[in-house]
Amino acid sequence: MSSIADIASRFSAVAPACDTWTLRVERHRSESLSVTRGVVDPVGLGDDLGVMVTVYADGAFGYAATSDVTTSGLARAGRAARDWATRAAGRAIAVPLPRRGQPVTHDAEAPAAMPWHSVSRADKLDRLRKAAAALKTDDRIATWDAGVRFSDVESVIVSADGDFIRQRYGLVIPGMEASASDGNETQTRTFGRGGAIRQGGLEVLDELGFWDAAPRIAAEALELLTAADCPTGDMDLLLAPDQMYIQIHESIGHPLELDRILGDERNYAGTSFVTPDMFGSYVYGSKILNVSFDPGLVSEAASYAYDDDGAPATRALLIRDGILERPLGSETSQKRANMSGVANARACSWNRPPIDRMANLNIEAGDRTFAQMVAGVENGIYMETNTSWSIDDSRNKFQFGCERGRLIKDGVLGAVVKNPNYRGISATFWRNLKALGDATTVQVQGTPNCGKGEPNQAIHVGHATPPGLFAGVSVFGGG
Amino acid sequence: MQDQFNALADAVTARLKGDEGFLLNFGGETSQFVRFNHAAVRQPGTVEQSYLSLELFRGKRHAATSITVVGMPAEDIARVDAALTALRDVLADTPEDPHFLINTVPQSTTRDLPHALPTADDALSAILDAGAGEDLVGFYAAGPIHAGFANSFGQRNWDTVHSFCFDACFYLQADKAVKFDYGGTHWDGRAFTAKVEAAKMHLHALARPAHTLAPGGYRVYLAPAAMEEVLGMLSWGGFGLADHKTGTTPLLRMREGATLSPMVTLTENFADGLAPQFQGEGFVRPDAVTLIRNGRYVDCLAAPRSAAEFDAPQNGAEGGEFPLALDMAGGALAEADILRTLGTGVYVGNLWYLNYSDRNACRMTGMTRFATFWVENGEIVAPMNVMRFDDSAYRMLGDNLVALTAAREPRLATDTYGARSRRSMTLPGAVIDDFRLTL
Repeated sequence: MSSIADIASRFSAVAPACDTWTLRVERHRSESLSVTRGVVDPVGLGDDLGVMVTVYADGAFGYAATSDVTTSGLARAGRAARDWATRAAGRAIAVPLPRRGQPVTHDAEAPAAMPWHSVSRADKLDRLRKAAAALKTDDRIATWDAGVRFSDVESVIVSADGDFIRQRYGLVIPGMEASASDGNETQTRTFGRGGAIRQGGLEVLDELGFWDAAPRIAAEALELLTAADCPTGDMDLLLAPDQMYIQIHESIGHPLELDRILGDERNYAGTSFVTPDMFGSYVYGSKILNVSFDPGLVSEAASYAYDDDGAPATRALLIRDGILERPLGSETSQKRANMSGVANARACSWNRPPIDRMANLNIEAGDRTFAQMVAGVENGIYMETNTSWSIDDSRNKFQFGCERGRLIKDGVLGAVVKNPNYRGISATFWRNLKALGDATTVQVQGTPNCGKGEPNQAIHVGHATPPGLFAGVSVFGGG
Repeated sequence: MQDQFNALADAVTARLKGDEGFLLNFGGETSQFVRFNHAAVRQPGTVEQSYLSLELFRGKRHAATSITVVGMPAEDIARVDAALTALRDVLADTPEDPHFLINTVPQSTTRDLPHALPTADDALSAILDAGAGEDLVGFYAAGPIHAGFANSFGQRNWDTVHSFCFDACFYLQADKAVKFDYGGTHWDGRAFTAKVEAAKMHLHALARPAHTLAPGGYRVYLAPAAMEEVLGMLSWGGFGLADHKTGTTPLLRMREGATLSPMVTLTENFADGLAPQFQGEGFVRPDAVTLIRNGRYVDCLAAPRSAAEFDAPQNGAEGGEFPLALDMAGGALAEADILRTLGTGVYVGNLWYLNYSDRNACRMTGMTRFATFWVENGEIVAPMNVMRFDDSAYRMLGDNLVALTAAREPRLATDTYGARSRRSMTLPGAVIDDFRLTL
């Protein structure tokens, strides 16, 4: 099979007549290893290769994607993209022709201290089997599993202007789960429920403490089975990083996506309570809230040098000292809105066009140790590990549930409670942020399945965050 | 394309060594995708994709790989050769799988549903004409979707459906909008126009000042589109054999004897759905599987792997044991009597972003979205601002279920994650008492 750079190099000879074009070739090679209820699951491999051609002609864009990467397939895709531009001409949302100046040449692979293939599959399966076995500590553990999915993601972007951008990275997604069940009650603990996703190789599993996590996960599932329900009331809420990431994701990330603000997502993922006039003055959160778009943090899930439109990616603050500064808007959205943004045009694979996405969207560290944060709570609750998430289509009214809660009384962590939930409104919630953990408390989290777009796209994003303490939150339990 | 697939199956057969066998699944589509915003084209394009999933087995050792193919024999056979080499390496590393269950009795089928799709130019013109003067935002997807299966026992299955779906909203302002969709296998310009005009009619009702409710219990009518969200939530683990056997199902209490309203009958109605007639291990699906009858749990969806593990018969489900053609029986409520039966309460056109707030209690939360109205004495009074609900299916579809409509609406899934969905539901609307709105 041709290298993806070779495939890209063949397109210029068959490109259609047009004002400009880009070609993105992507190859995702993957391997899934897992053990469920004591049995090694069938190993799953994947090799997903295809191209996306984007053409600009007659004042409009058109795209065509194909898994046929032969020269004739590339030519057919080029013609199809050109035809769509012709069809859309005069009837499309006006987007100026992209101009970037000097052609870009970039060729880089993200480092991995311990590459995925440096350990044999048999050895990896053996370690997973042992980890999974350590979850089955009690007859009440009704289901248990441990697994890792690895993806080797490689892309090349070439353009009529002479750009050549090749990027490659490994993506590691570990998972571990134990459900304890007794009659009408089942409680589940997981290894971050998908939030433990990072770029790199097998070293990621060591850094995350994956191999040693099973006994704690099983014990906590059993503990939850007999725990009291989370109490109801307004109280201080301390969120662990493995819940903070989804709070950031849903109630900061999505509302700041500029294509939402421009209305593109109103039929599917929704609109935003944020409007263009709010940038520069709107008080999004308390003064300790600083939110960055940071595509350069090594090992975070969505680190890259160039986005899928070929724009160079650099760090930028979106919220500074609580004030909203900048949206998550790519070059195209920036031109449509006449606003500055970031390099966040991303596609989940070769068969989808880039749209505005979160990438690495992080909360900057505060100045408290975890112990200091707990000590500052008179009546509150500490919640760990997201299990339920829901928010309105303007990204305002939200409700989240966590796997595990611990009551805090007079500055001391106390009893474990099950079914901890809380609800609130984005526009006021972040203004009640009282404290953030210091640099020692920051964890790199993320999610492999951020959904958006038409056609739909599920993409991985990163969220590095410390724990956060919020005042006066409506908390409740199950039943 | 079917011939190319069968040729690949023959090529794999010819390459088997010793006691090896294989399963081959094909998924492909050539899709026109057009996004619209503000009644103009936002992103138009075509996606042509062909995926081959090759599973190699030797006894009870097995492994699978998913690869893209191009449709040219020389290139594709080279990829299959590389895949076989990789899979043989995997088999050397993996133990026997006690849950390995595949169909070994060939049941070959072919289905190519009749269709009449518009050209891309015609569809684009019809949609833009419909949106003229309005704030139309939406998505058009159309074209053929193919599924194929082959195995080393000589079974060959092929299924092609040519379908379209236009899923859209007319917006009045901010988050006030009417959602509608038009999909199927035969485009009818008059039917499309009727859908558009009906949506525009509802848009006028949104112009009144919006009503905001205090949290509390309200009588509601959930339109079929809203019921689709509730049933979609229940489908995540609610009907799978593995979820029931391990106690992780949100319908855990039904496993222990709890019941829903006698009005609730749910069936996995494969025969009337758009999903292929066969599943990934080669079993041909039965016409129907009754899941809940008159409020009592009857059966689970059982994929072959779960069936082997839990010693139950498989019934055509895929690995996730998620319904593909869920069918809810209708009730007695006539369309004309919906508002009168609702009386004073909330007409919910759509729900959105559901999730569980207490899985053991099958308690779910979510938001109202799009056209939702406050109704007094059977008359629509005002559009509603969005509200959050948080309530249990045992209440919503149990004691608090007042009535189901006699008319049922086919709901074709519009999702396109990775590929265009072939799931569907057929659902009535429901009047529910004391529906808990919380924020």
